[in-house]
Amino acid sequence: MKKRRLYVRSIILFVLLAAVAYTLYANFTKDNTMKVAVGEKAPDFVLTDMNGQKHRLSDYKGQGVFLNFWGTWCKPCETEMPYINNQYHQYKEKGIEVLAVDIKESNVAVTKFAERHSLDFPIMIDRDEQVMTEYGIDPLPATFLIDKNGVVVKYHTGQLTEKEAKDFMEQIKP
Amino acid sequence: MKDVKCECGHVNPHGTVLCEACGKVLDEQEKDKNLLDMRYEGSARRSITYNKTIIDKIWNFFSSVKVGVWLIIVTLIASAIGTILPQEMYIPPVMPAEQYYQDQYGWFGKLYYQLGFHNLFSSWWYLVLIASIGVSLVICSLDRVIPLYKALKAQRVTRHEGFLKRQRVFGITKNAQTAATLPLLKQKLEAKRYHVREENGDLLAEKNRFSRWGPYINHIGLIIFLIGAMLRFIPGMYVDKVLWVREGETKVVPETNGKYYITNNKFILQIYDKNKDDQVFGEAIERAGNIPKNYQSNVTLYKAEGNTVAGEKPKLKKLKDFGIRVNEPLTFEGFSLYQVDYKLNELNKMSFALTDKATGKSFGDLTVNLNNPDTKYNLGKGYSVELLSYFPDFEFGKDGEPTTKSRIPNNPAFVFKMRTPDKPKGETSFVAIKQTIEPFGNNKYKLKFRGIATNNVSGLTVRKDNTLWAIILGGIIFMIGVIQGMYWNHRRIWIQNKSGEVWVAAHTNKNWYGIKREIEAVLADTGLQMPYDQLQRQQNEIEKEEA
Amino acid sequence: MVSLSSNLLLIAFILYLCATLFFGGAINSKKGQVEKTNINKWGGIAVILTVAGFISQLGFFILRWIASGHAPVSNMFEFTTFFGMALVGAFLIIFAIYRTALLGLFTMPVAVLVIAYASMFPRDITPLIPALKSYWLYIHVTTAAIGEGILAVSFAAGLIYLVKMIDQNRASKRTFWLEVVMFGLITTLGFVFVSSAFSLADYHEKFNWVDKNNNPAEVEYTMPALTGPHKGELLTKGAFEPILEVPALINAKKLNTVIWSFGGGVVLYGLLRLILRKRVAASLKPFVKNINTDLVDEISYRSVLIGFPVFTLGALIFAMIWAQVAWTRFWGWDPKEVWALITWLFYAAFLHLRLSKGWHGEKSAWLAVIGFVIIMFNLVAVNLVIAGLHSYAGS
Repeated sequence: MKKRRLYVRSIILFVLLAAVAYTLYANFTKDNTMKVAVGEKAPDFVLTDMNGQKHRLSDYKGQGVFLNFWGTWCKPCETEMPYINNQYHQYKEKGIEVLAVDIKESNVAVTKFAERHSLDFPIMIDRDEQVMTEYGIDPLPATFLIDKNGVVVKYHTGQLTEKEAKDFMEQIKP
Repeated sequence: MKDVKCECGHVNPHGTVLCEACGKVLDEQEKDKNLLDMRYEGSARRSITYNKTIIDKIWNFFSSVKVGVWLIIVTLIASAIGTILPQEMYIPPVMPAEQYYQDQYGWFGKLYYQLGFHNLFSSWWYLVLIASIGVSLVICSLDRVIPLYKALKAQRVTRHEGFLKRQRVFGITKNAQTAATLPLLKQKLEAKRYHVREENGDLLAEKNRFSRWGPYINHIGLIIFLIGAMLRFIPGMYVDKVLWVREGETKVVPETNGKYYITNNKFILQIYDKNKDDQVFGEAIERAGNIPKNYQSNVTLYKAEGNTVAGEKPKLKKLKDFGIRVNEPLTFEGFSLYQVDYKLNELNKMSFALTDKATGKSFGDLTVNLNNPDTKYNLGKGYSVELLSYFPDFEFGKDGEPTTKSRIPNNPAFVFKMRTPDKPKGETSFVAIKQTIEPFGNNKYKLKFRGIATNNVSGLTVRKDNTLWAIILGGIIFMIGVIQGMYWNHRRIWIQNKSGEVWVAAHTNKNWYGIKREIEAVLADTGLQMPYDQLQRQQNEIEKEEA
Repeated sequence: MVSLSSNLLLIAFILYLCATLFFGGAINSKKGQVEKTNINKWGGIAVILTVAGFISQLGFFILRWIASGHAPVSNMFEFTTFFGMALVGAFLIIFAIYRTALLGLFTMPVAVLVIAYASMFPRDITPLIPALKSYWLYIHVTTAAIGEGILAVSFAAGLIYLVKMIDQNRASKRTFWLEVVMFGLITTLGFVFVSSAFSLADYHEKFNWVDKNNNPAEVEYTMPALTGPHKGELLTKGAFEPILEVPALINAKKLNTVIWSFGGGVVLYGLLRLILRKRVAASLKPFVKNINTDLVDEISYRSVLIGFPVFTLGALIFAMIWAQVAWTRFWGWDPKEVWALITWLFYAAFLHLRLSKGWHGEKSAWLAVIGFVIIMFNLVAVNLVIAGLHSYAGS
């Protein structure tokens, strides 16, 4: 009788404690829960680059994809673009594709920007923010690293250094 | 920890104050009192009786009403402090919160921020307080409702003398003819909706016992409500997104997995007009100036058909046209779109005329779409304009180069190349609002500003809340519980023969005034005397002594 | 129609005042009553006056509703008068149960004060802003006000208990705090007197000043400025020069009103003390001589029992439903919401203390008083001082 009571009490207290602990944990991690989490499959998308060529993410299966979201007006984006371009040249042959998605800007602005920084990787414009919404991105620049199986390996916001860009490429080398 | 056997034969759990069956006082301390403490029927509150393991100690801590009340008071005070200055979520996002509080409220603001009150309601310790109240609700209720249920179920009609004597309402009638009056009493009590039980010529009339369960039911409601609040933290249960849509623009609704799209056809802002609206508002409008009348976004909702991948143009099927207003959200499949914000007159288009500076002669107009401008504008007869660069939100960068602050066309600037039959190589002109720069010397031609077109932007909130069912259910159960517990009261009247006298005693959990009036009506014309309110008699005596 | 409705409010106000006097008479002429409370002639007249006043105010409410096209609960004046009406209505209900005239003597002055206070706010009929355009405005605001009205009756009963039970022969903490409560009520009266006086005299003075964001602004005072605004420059010729300039962070105009009201309260209270030559609560003691304290305690408790569910429904549940519709979320920690929660938590604590800890009598009466202070704080301070989504156009 006494023992049973102890069991019942222990179970009730444990359930209550677990619920409270989970709530507290969830409350503190809610700010960094991403829509597209690391370890999950990256949502597919199709965009047309400035040369009129279509890029579908799922077509790059077997290759690592360095997916960068940016804007011409965004200073850190502007800083990191040349680094990414350099690394692109290094890793292009090793099976890595860079896809740079501009958020909702004009063709003129994006083309000029690409010319000014002589960027060679495919640049595309997410005109109605579909891809941005799908990936749940807020601050730019944002970089997703997607491995050869189409799984997100890393998510990074903020400006990259050249070394980081290189490390990132290294991480998704097939 | 032995159970206690009462002289009436009923076996009570250890710690029982009043025998569950006959009401005999089992606790020595209680015997000295003139009136019984009838809370929880004098049943054994389990938690008090054991205090052995750490589990028992935690249990007993939360089982105490005193602790519960303290938790409520602390929460109350903390909440009050949280309203002294606006919470972080309500301050304008002009600067970091830390700076804002100091800047606006001085040292007090700084202290407020440092102590974490700027974000009190999602701070860990506030959550712990609320959670502790929840735990206290569960344990307090469990600890009380079970013994109370058992005690009320075990009660017998015939009660111990000590029990009756110590009821607040109690009286003795000597030489009464009970046998004759019993049926009449019974009938009268039943007419008052009492449930009457009879044993050995003793009566127990009882009604509204269910009101005793009110507190526990409302606690269940609160617990369900708190569970609902907790569910929000589970991913996917709660969506809170902002969606800005320009007039004429079609956008995917976030969090719908690309299934729903929305077009903003028009944003409407209406202000009360002294002359057009009801005259009674005249003075108020004069005093306050602009009083908004309506914020409305006329939208069309679409559903994407087939499986399209983000970035592809989806095939859209129109579902409905709707005017989203404040208080009238657009609802579909668990989602709601609310009108929450707007931006008026965002630049949309700008027109220019290619003009000869000297003669002022115009060679045709061009209109630039500021959100996605074309690069070539052919004006015919060998006149054309090419857009070389575009800065939607123009400023000069640190290096003196023109740049843009954002992608919103707040302050558009352009670099145009104007080609004319006499200048086939073209002239370059930098055009911004109210300024033109000619970087390569004097031009013959210029682009003369002709006009602008603006449109409005609607700020909508996208909301999905899968926790609402628990919140609503909890609210309903809580209300049922409080009403059941507060608008009814559990009344019992004992009319019993004790050695040739008739003893009348009564108990209610509240509203003594009501039960006394009821007893008066029942006892009228039965020869039984109206019992006394012992509490009042005590008080009257005290007052008499004082006077 | 608007002027007729205003007249009805005035009539109601006067009737309530008369009813208060008759309730006073009903007490004085009654001697040696014990358990049962029979209503004498004075008491009967008082009740009739109260009911007449209530009907008149109901007429004001309905006519104003018709005139404006929406329930008149949308600004400070309208809400506060409605609260006054709810208080009278709640009193009538409790009176119907317990039939004690003394309750009227303590409830009606509070109602009169509330309505007088309400009348100090702009009385224009304001059109509804988009957020208020919902039938939930009527449901939420009226239910909440009725709940608060019933809870306020508990305050009146608690006050009676304290006036009766606290020993006025020697000064103590209890006599001090009871006087503080009395002073609070008198200060409200002070505010009404001072505002009315300057309003009758049509007093105005204008300032140019600099707000906390360093923007120039203009402000108009309707009372002589004791506290001037930040870097204020008096524009009205011959008007009163401020004695003290306050920082931009503090609203100088509201502070000025508070100081004047407080001053008015001090003068009134001082005069009362001079005339009465004893504590205000002490001079009320003869009125409560014959009251049955147990009954008063029960009235106070029952008012909370009746009012608490109504308050929960109106101020929390209906409020949440409306907030979900209008503001996209049922709860957002807006100051007014938080204060409704605080009020609710307080009365929940009250009930637990009473039920489980046996806090009857005087302790319970003090709690009833504190509860009312919280309700008043939510009505006055949260609307006027702590800005939030609920801030009405009160000045």
